[in-house]
Order: sequence, then structure tokens, then C-alpha cells
Amino acid sequence: MTRTYSALSLLREGFNAQQGWQPAWRDAEPKSHYDAIVIGGGGHGLATAYYLAKNHGITNVALIERGWIGGGNTGRNTTIIRSNYFFPETANFFEFSVKLYEGLSKALNYNIMFSQRGMWTLAHDRHGLEMLRRSANAMLLNGIDAELHDGAMVRKLIPGLNENPRFPILGGLNQPRGGSARHDAVAWGYARAASALGVDIIQNCEVHDFIVENGHVRGVVTSHGAIRSDTVGMAVAGHSSVVAAKAGVRLPIQSFALQAFVSEPVKPCLDTVVLSPATGTYLSQSDKGELVLGAGLDLYLSYAQRGNIPWMERAAAGVVELFPAFSRLRFLRQWAGICDVVHDSTPIISKTDLGGFYVNCGWGTGGFKAIPAGGWCLAHAMATGEAHPLARGFGLDRFRTGALIDEASASGIAH
Amino acid sequence: MLLIDCPYCGPRSEIEFRCGGESHVQRPGPHDAASDEQWADYLFYRHNPKGEHRERWLHMAGCGQWFNVARDTVTHKITAIYRMGETIDAGAGS
Ligand SMILES: Cc1cc2nc3c(=O)[nH]c(=O)nc-3n(C[C@H](O)[C@H](O)[C@H](O)COP(=O)(O)OP(=O)(O)OC[C@H]3O[C@@H](n4cnc5c(N)ncnc54)[C@H](O)[C@@H]3O)c2cc1C
Ligand SMILES: [Zn+2]
Repeated sequence: MTRTYSALSLLREGFNAQQGWQPAWRDAEPKSHYDAIVIGGGGHGLATAYYLAKNHGITNVALIERGWIGGGNTGRNTTIIRSNYFFPETANFFEFSVKLYEGLSKALNYNIMFSQRGMWTLAHDRHGLEMLRRSANAMLLNGIDAELHDGAMVRKLIPGLNENPRFPILGGLNQPRGGSARHDAVAWGYARAASALGVDIIQNCEVHDFIVENGHVRGVVTSHGAIRSDTVGMAVAGHSSVVAAKAGVRLPIQSFALQAFVSEPVKPCLDTVVLSPATGTYLSQSDKGELVLGAGLDLYLSYAQRGNIPWMERAAAGVVELFPAFSRLRFLRQWAGICDVVHDSTPIISKTDLGGFYVNCGWGTGGFKAIPAGGWCLAHAMATGEAHPLARGFGLDRFRTGALIDEASASGIAH
Repeated sequence: MLLIDCPYCGPRSEIEFRCGGESHVQRPGPHDAASDEQWADYLFYRHNPKGEHRERWLHMAGCGQWFNVARDTVTHKITAIYRMGETIDAGAGS
């Protein structure tokens, strides 16, 4: 039986006709009672379950997912990881997340293929360049790696950029420690590690309602019946307001579709991540050789995981403007995920008016990079009843007090 | 892709329009009597339904007029279009 992954276990299983591999996690049936329940088997829910067990010793935990784990935005995103935020609260939080990512393959004994290949934001006009300069200064003040380069240097470092562009490339900001990771591996790695610590991973089980007694949550009603617990955490992304409403909790969230595309696979040709706000697109190349590119949100409410055609066209036009050589490539797949958008583009990790009920949401288009820290902080809130110091500004009360952390305008965060 | 029947210009492609979010949101007032909760509600809290949604659209690259749309957020089917200042009953479009 092989439980830990290593070069040695690969070798051993090679001699053993690969017969000893165990399923990575137990597919559990729900028990009637748990010390804590986590709703949503995306990265944030799975990381929450893992850190409840790992950091707080709470192992009698149910992770409830209505479909299959990682089937939501976690398995649909373009996997860009970075911490180039503006305000100290967000910069510290996302930087903590990047640091956890740096050690995650080892911590989980699961290769999440985190590749710190750099993450570029391009400027195509003088104002864009000024914004990048401001952004670079903010990052350096926040202790985050940042390099600002002029157009000539950008061209040298990113081969293939348009020689004769309609939108000139005046400069670029690189976060060298940024990059990408394998999305499925993040979900599966957390699931496997949580399961090994005793967490029940329950798939194909939908939460329909909450059991509430005297202003305190006492459990959830699911498609598999009632499951009781006095502590419930929720991380369901685009469905946050729909699910929380069943608990009588309102959230300042709107749900929009964000789409992504991959091209047919080609030989390695792009070794970093390039974001071009002016052309409305960003792209990288996966280990399989596909170009992975993304677009902007469809700006009307949607729970349909498909995305509209105008954005598809605009993203393709943006890529061809940046890299004319890619004009011959064909799209292989297109899809969308439903993003949980808040007014200030800063996440919500918070207790609620319902006792024992905690929420993790508001990731919008950029919560993959936050999975380790989001899970860490929701687990902390569920285990201690207090906000983690890194998430103190992320409470729901900020919408009443006005203490927004406005990354939407500060860093023009799109993803 | 949406085909939106502008009450003034007729059916046009989605790219000519911009969605202005939920319709019929009432500003609380008088301003010095509204509580922080009421302001938060007005500014940040929306219904965000999975199903029929009432929303305002602007025919930006056309007549420049605002109007209301009832649209299903799962199927994207538009079930009613009506002018600003008008209301229709819940589910009236479907
Ligand atoms: C196209 C696209 C590209 C993106 N690109 C990036 C990127 O490059 N970098 C980045 O950092 N972020 C990116 N994001 C955002 C990122 O994917 C999300 O913020 C992140 O994955 C959210 O994780 P989550 O665990 O909160 O949600 P999800 O992964 O969506 O998980 C939520 C889970 O809850 C489950 N659920 C819902 N309702 C119920 C219920 N009633 N009962 C039980 N379970 C339920 C769902 O089935 C789902 O599996 C992108 C998103 C999209 C859609
Ligand atoms: Zn019109």
C-alpha cells in the first residue's frame, strides 16, 4: 500500500505493476453530527477543512460538495498567482498566500506544480505607465517583489511581442515570484491531506437549508438528510448569496460569469504570464502546451457557466494584437465560472449575524491565488470565533461602517 | 449572446447595450434620517437572484435610452421589457 508520494514510492510501484496505489482521499458518507461543517468543495472549502484539522486539531469535520470537488471556479480558473495589491491589508494577505503556495507541494505531499515564472502587467500608454510605477512603489513598500522595465526590456524578456503594435508597449511591471499552479492539484492535494487527517469529503451532496435554533446555526439540511454541527463555514463562490439566504444571511455579492479559453497545444513559446489591461486579455502557456487565456467579466448577472461571445472575440483580438504569431492558433475549449463580486474587490472572511455561521466569499475573479490564505483564515475564524489578524479588515461590517478596502480602483484588479 | 429588443429601436445585439444593474432600487431618505444599515443596503446589497431578475439596460450605441428588462439569470432568457418608471408584477414576463 502506497500512501506517501515520493521518488521511492514511484520506483516501488514501478516494480509492483502499479498495484499498490490507494485512492487519494476517502469518498465518505455523511455522519449525523460533526464538530464543524464546511460547505463547498472548491479550493477555499477544502483548504478550510485541511487547516481546521492541521492548525486547530479539529478533525471531526464534514466537507460537503454538491458536485465533485474542484468542479467550480477552482477547476475553471486560469491559475494565475500573484500578490501585486495596493493596500497593506490585501497585500499582506495575498503575500501570505503566495508564501503558503511556495511550500504547499511539500506541506501536502502533492505536486501542485507551482511555477514561479513571473507575472507581467503591460502598459500601453503614459497613464498606464504611471499606474504601473505607482503600483511598483506600493508593492515595494509592502515588501513584495516588483520590477519595472521599459518597453525595450519587456520585448527582450518576452519574445514574440508585436513588432508593430497598434497599442505600443511602453513598459511592464513584473512580479518575479508570481506564476501559475495546477488548479486540480490544489483541490486534490488539499482533499487528500484533509482526508488523511480524518476529514470526511462528501461529494454529490447539496446543502438545501440550515437548521437554526435561537439565532445559532445547528446544522444543515442536505440532499443526504440533516447533518448537525454548531459550527458551519461556507465557501461557495458564485452561489454565496443564494446559499447564505437559506440561513437568513444577506451578502453584498453579485454573481457574474467570467470565461477562459485554451488554444490547441503547441511547443513551449511563452515562459511567463502576460496581462494587458488595455487589450483586455491575459495569457500564459500550460505545461501541456495550450495557451491559456482569459477575458473580463460579462457585466450582467449570470448563473450560467458559459460566458458571452463578444468577450471571446475581444480576448482573441487582444492576444493577436500582442502576439501576431498566435493568430493561426485555434481555440480548443471555452468555459466560464460564476464569480462572487463585491463592491471593493476585497474578499469577505467573516462571522455573520447567525451564530456559528462563517463565510468566505467575495473572491471575484481572483481567488485561486488566495486559496491557502483564505482557508487558513476561515479555519481560524471557525475554530476561535475571532477574525485572523490577516483578515481583520475583511469583515462584513465594513459595508456598514464604510471601511472598504477599495482594490477595485486602487490596483484596478481585474483578476 | 443576448438579442435585446430596445423599446425605441427594436431588436439589437448585446454589444450595443450596457447593463446598469438591478432596477427599482430606492434611495433611502431623508438622508439624515437613514441609518447606516439602510445606506449599506442601498449602496451594496442586491438581490442577486438565481432566476428572474429585473435590471436596467442602456442602449449605449443606439438611442441612448434607459429601460427595464426582466431576464432569467440561469437561461438568460428575456421575459419582459418595459420603460423606466413602469413596474410589472413578479413573474409577469414568464
Ligand atoms: C474563468 C476564470 C478564471 C479565473 N482566473 C483566476 C486566476 O487566474 N487567478 C486567480 O487567483 N483566480 C482566478 N479566478 C477566480 C478563482 O477561480 C476563484 O476565486 C476561486 O477558485 C474560488 O474558489 P472557491 O473555493 O471559493 O469556489 P469554487 O471553486 O467555485 O467552489 C465552490 C464550490 O461550492 C459548491 N457549492 C455551491 N453551492 C453548494 C451547495 N448548496 N451545497 C454544496 N456545495 C455547493 C460548488 O459546487 C463548488 O464546487 C478565475 C475564475 C474564473 C471563473
Ligand atoms: Zn434604442
